[in-house]
Amino acid sequence: MLALNVLKKTAVGLAAAAVLSGSAQAAGDTIKVGVLHSLSGTMAISETTLKDTVLMLVEEQNKKGGLLGKKLEAIVVDPASNWPLFAEKARELIEKEKVSAVFGAWTSVSRKSVLPVFEELNNLLFYPVQYEGEESSKNVFYTGAAPNTQAIPAVDYLMNDIGVKRWVLEGTDYVYPRTTNKILEAYLKAKGVSEKDILINYTPFGFSDWQSEVSRIKKFGSAGKKTAVVSTVNGDANVPFYKELGNQGVSAENIPVIAFSVGEEELSGIDTKPLVGHLAAWNYFMSVDSEENTAFIDAWHAYIKDKKRVTNDPMEATYIGFNMWVEAVKKAGTTDATAVQEAIIGIAVPNLSGGLSAMMPNHHITKPVLIGEIQADGQFEIVWETSGLVAGDAWSDYLPGSKDIIADWRAPLSCGNYNVKTGKCSGQNF
Amino acid sequence: MFIMRILKNDPGGQILMSLLLIALLVVPVLNLVVPESSALHLSTYSVTLLGKYLTYALLAVAVDLVWGYLGILSLGHAAFFALGGYAMGMYLMRQIGDRGVYGNPVLPDFMVFLNYTELPWFWQGFDMFWLATIMIVLVPGVLAYVFGWLAFRSRVTGVYLSIITQALTYALMLAFFRNEMGFGGNNGLTDFKDLLGFDLHADSTRIGLFIASALALGFGYLVCRAIVKSKLGRVAVAIRDAEDRTRFIGYRVEYVKLALFTFSAALAGIAGALYVPQVGIINPGEFSPLNSIEVVIWVAVGGRGTLYGAAAGAVLVNYAKTYFTGAFPEVWLFALGALFVLSTLYLPKGLVGVLKRQRASS
Amino acid sequence: MRHWPKILILLLSLLFTQTDVAIAGDDSLHQIQVLLISNNFVEKTQAVSLLALHSHPRTEEILKAFLEGELYYRKSDKLLLIAKKQGRQYSISDALTGDELGVVKKREIKKIRSNNALRKKIRIVLARKELNSVDPTVRYQAVNAMLGNPDVGITSQLQDRLKLERDQKVRNILELALAITRLEGGEKEDRLSAVAAVSGSLEPVIRSKLESIVVDDPIEEVRVAAKESLNKISAKLQFYSFLETLFFGLSLGSVLVLAAIGLAITFGVMGVINMAHGELIMLGAYTTYVIQKAMPEFIGVSILFAIPAAFIVSGLVGILIEQTVIRHLYGRALETLLATFGISLILQQAVRSIFSPLNRSVVTPDWMSGSLEINSVLSLTYNRLYIIFFCLLVFVILFLILKRTSLGLQVRAVTQNRAMARAMGVRSSWVDAMTFGLGSGIAGVAGVALSQLTNVGPNLGQAYIVDSFMVVVFGGVGNLAGTLISGFSLGIANQFLEPWVGAVLAKIFILIFIILFIQKRPRGLFPQKGRSAEG
Repeated sequence: MLALNVLKKTAVGLAAAAVLSGSAQAAGDTIKVGVLHSLSGTMAISETTLKDTVLMLVEEQNKKGGLLGKKLEAIVVDPASNWPLFAEKARELIEKEKVSAVFGAWTSVSRKSVLPVFEELNNLLFYPVQYEGEESSKNVFYTGAAPNTQAIPAVDYLMNDIGVKRWVLEGTDYVYPRTTNKILEAYLKAKGVSEKDILINYTPFGFSDWQSEVSRIKKFGSAGKKTAVVSTVNGDANVPFYKELGNQGVSAENIPVIAFSVGEEELSGIDTKPLVGHLAAWNYFMSVDSEENTAFIDAWHAYIKDKKRVTNDPMEATYIGFNMWVEAVKKAGTTDATAVQEAIIGIAVPNLSGGLSAMMPNHHITKPVLIGEIQADGQFEIVWETSGLVAGDAWSDYLPGSKDIIADWRAPLSCGNYNVKTGKCSGQNF
Repeated sequence: MFIMRILKNDPGGQILMSLLLIALLVVPVLNLVVPESSALHLSTYSVTLLGKYLTYALLAVAVDLVWGYLGILSLGHAAFFALGGYAMGMYLMRQIGDRGVYGNPVLPDFMVFLNYTELPWFWQGFDMFWLATIMIVLVPGVLAYVFGWLAFRSRVTGVYLSIITQALTYALMLAFFRNEMGFGGNNGLTDFKDLLGFDLHADSTRIGLFIASALALGFGYLVCRAIVKSKLGRVAVAIRDAEDRTRFIGYRVEYVKLALFTFSAALAGIAGALYVPQVGIINPGEFSPLNSIEVVIWVAVGGRGTLYGAAAGAVLVNYAKTYFTGAFPEVWLFALGALFVLSTLYLPKGLVGVLKRQRASS
Repeated sequence: MRHWPKILILLLSLLFTQTDVAIAGDDSLHQIQVLLISNNFVEKTQAVSLLALHSHPRTEEILKAFLEGELYYRKSDKLLLIAKKQGRQYSISDALTGDELGVVKKREIKKIRSNNALRKKIRIVLARKELNSVDPTVRYQAVNAMLGNPDVGITSQLQDRLKLERDQKVRNILELALAITRLEGGEKEDRLSAVAAVSGSLEPVIRSKLESIVVDDPIEEVRVAAKESLNKISAKLQFYSFLETLFFGLSLGSVLVLAAIGLAITFGVMGVINMAHGELIMLGAYTTYVIQKAMPEFIGVSILFAIPAAFIVSGLVGILIEQTVIRHLYGRALETLLATFGISLILQQAVRSIFSPLNRSVVTPDWMSGSLEINSVLSLTYNRLYIIFFCLLVFVILFLILKRTSLGLQVRAVTQNRAMARAMGVRSSWVDAMTFGLGSGIAGVAGVALSQLTNVGPNLGQAYIVDSFMVVVFGGVGNLAGTLISGFSLGIANQFLEPWVGAVLAKIFILIFIILFIQKRPRGLFPQKGRSAEG
């Protein structure tokens, strides 16, 4: 009886296997790029926009005649804010869809989840979000900010221009705030801030009951020294945080909050009244006055068919990353991952604030750092900017574990994790 | 033979076993032997996907054992699954050794980063595979035992039990999200390199994991089937249908419940341990109460109280999910939601019920 | 020696009159203009200081415009302007003369940027000018703004004012402000009297001043007095922080009760495990958003319209769910869980498709922003105060519906014994639909309240569903009063734990407590009695 069933079901099994393996024959006349952003689940709020940005850039590139004489084709999948699913979908894009490069991921954990897949299958990931550093992979290009291109200039500004003496480092409990705060703590101490003038606090994801935390910040800030909050509070938790700050009477003039995760897009979803005057540090603001930016905003409005949609920093990072990839492919004359990796280092493309951003040997890019004050209309008034471009640093100079480590993907070093003291290259997967 | 005796009068189980057997024989050949250019070649992506489905199927079988045969609707089985996964993840982390980012031979990267100077006590010994293996079943088992001992003794039943199992997994999720816990916080454990010396990124290792998952599912199914067929299983069904009467007859209801619940949790732990090396990451999101509800839905879609139905449901729903998220990324939740609503409304006995009815009518 | 102070005053007044004379000319105005237009904030700050001392009649208007972000200059001739936005254009007037100059495009003018430090500076400068306002509240706020911001010449100004002041409240704060200036310098007696004068005050400035005196003051006596004063203050502080935590707890409790009370009806009374409950709350929040969009001129009252609207929207969706799905699943309680979970996915995706996955902005009306200041350390935020009252109101209304109306009677009859109720002529299916609609509608109303506290987005419901179930189960299924008490006690317990162990551990402890509590009392805080309890 078993044997009979075996025969009967073999056909079914084979059919299922064939369906799963899918049609692998890649169409020869297009170059495929993968889009790996969550379209459902908790991260859809932020990531959906980036999917649209990539689609727009692909469309524009095709209007210009494509790439290497072929049309670009975007393959969109939904990893649904589920971290293991990110790895699975990355594999699907690379193995099944045979994409040449992938634009995607937002949270650190999603990047960590897909990283081994990209290294194993030797493909390219362009990661467009500010992140905690402490990483440099052969296959990943970090076009968002590292701590030294966002957090440290922001603290410098508060310390030197505003005269802040007491610091609250408030963050959501995950790796980006943890690392950023660790770097900032070390940095502040190196600048002579004493232990008791630093308050570090973490809250969980999606935290909404901020009453006690804000009351604590208020008490900490009432000690007579100028106090500021450096906020690495993530996404959803921000609205109730600022509302509570406003309602409890913490004004930007007394205790300014500088945020690293609040941009135009986040502001478009909330009542900005309680936030006015608070600060954010980014590498791009929609209010930047430059020709490239005006053109980009117009293109975005035309593509999304909504004049009210805003642009933000991760969109700029996507824009830079996409153009860098296009230029690198042109330079290499092929979409082959290894060739593009070699070609892309040193490539410079216009960023939206009127300068040229270049890909550094550590796979991070050069960017200006801007600090803006939140306005009632949800835009930022730029109050300060670095005099030149700052190169992203993969390994922070302020952490004991990583200050001896450098990343350089040019031959002969070709290592993302080279310890200059021991002369050893560790943590590589190939 | 023993297996034949267990599977007697269990056509669904026979089909499941045969399918597993075929998969065991065919999948490695299609992946490793058949050249990549051939239309019959099975990509490593698909192998890993199948392996993941099989671990989900094992989890679903574990849930069906307590829900279908004992009437305990556990909304917390994802917790046992995740605990098994964490135990495996801890072993895999220790295997990285000095190949980590910071090159520390003992401490995993996230600990170096959080300024740990030495390994916390609960990480000790996880570099030994045998200890990790024991922990994979022991940790979920003990948790289920303690929880069950408290709950069943005081006769917490029905929705109350469901809700507090949900509270359990929710509390664990919040706890594991904390970086102070020493389990890597939100990022969880990742960047695994090898298992028992085999490179996790090699195709052959993936095939090996697939085979292990298939064997675990087959073995788990057989043990569950054996339990269900035994006297213990029949008492369990009696408890499901009339708990008080069973108690009045003289059975110690709480012991039966405790035994099956603990066993089911350990089985979920094994499923989790096999899941982690295949997907390459374990993080607190796995504890999410929604995950537990999803498992229950797999069982319901497949057909509650049949074991093989649970396995089939798990594979089908997850295949649907994989397909929908790729094919209709914007609207796939509509399809999935509708699937759940329609299958509870029109398939009260799940897909298995439909097949049975068709067979009966033809 | 006796002449020294006189000479000093003479010198100072000379200095001041001299600068006044210097500034009075057009040269100084030109200089201020150049400094203002500069991109350097140090220069802008100088400009503000100069403006403050300037005799020009419109300095106050200019500073106010700067504060409001309405100070511009014309690109062509660098003329200082006050510009007000009119649609896409700006109506401008000359800042120095006040002459209207018509309407121009954005391109022709440039805003003079300010920042927080600058705005604070302007506020203090303006406060000094407002010290002699006719309105006592303005005077009070003016002094309040100056507390702890010692500025040149402020002391004499405050003293002058105190001599004239009649209003007791303003006198008090003036005395406090003067005491602070005395704390810093002056003779031993001055400091001692100042310490005595500020004793018991809760102003944070005073606490930090006293703290530095306890450490730094050269005279033992003053240090001891300051220490005593500080002790008194911290005892008071402790008391107020207890009150504050209690308020926080009540507030969190009211949110929990609001989120759970609809579930207490659908789950507690009807026995339906409605996993889509959170999404019904979400629909209520989105209804608030839509209502606000529909009546942008009347944000203040939009919330009041949103309450019934949300009740109707969520209620109708609830009835629809009941009629199409749940009706077919009565008696299979656990299967309703699965079906409603599917519905929750569909509803989430529906709002994502209709409103986009981005959060929507719900404006907090002015009457709900800000806080009720009891004193400088205890203030109760209005939105939370309203929500506590609103929660109690909803509860009372619901309670009356269930106890005093015929619908309530029928609901209770059906819950207790369906077959008997039917035999008595109760249309049980109609009652089921209405009850479910009621529970869902209440969920929608809760959504209106939550839209004032947190994000309005597709994930809103998921954040509250587990908590809601915990509250209902802890309170005892089928018992509305139990839900109320359980919600408030969990909220208060959470807030008292939070300062000790942090937000996450507090929540974990609460969950573990509920798990253990259910072992002890398997049917919650207030178990249902009688036959229906076995159902």
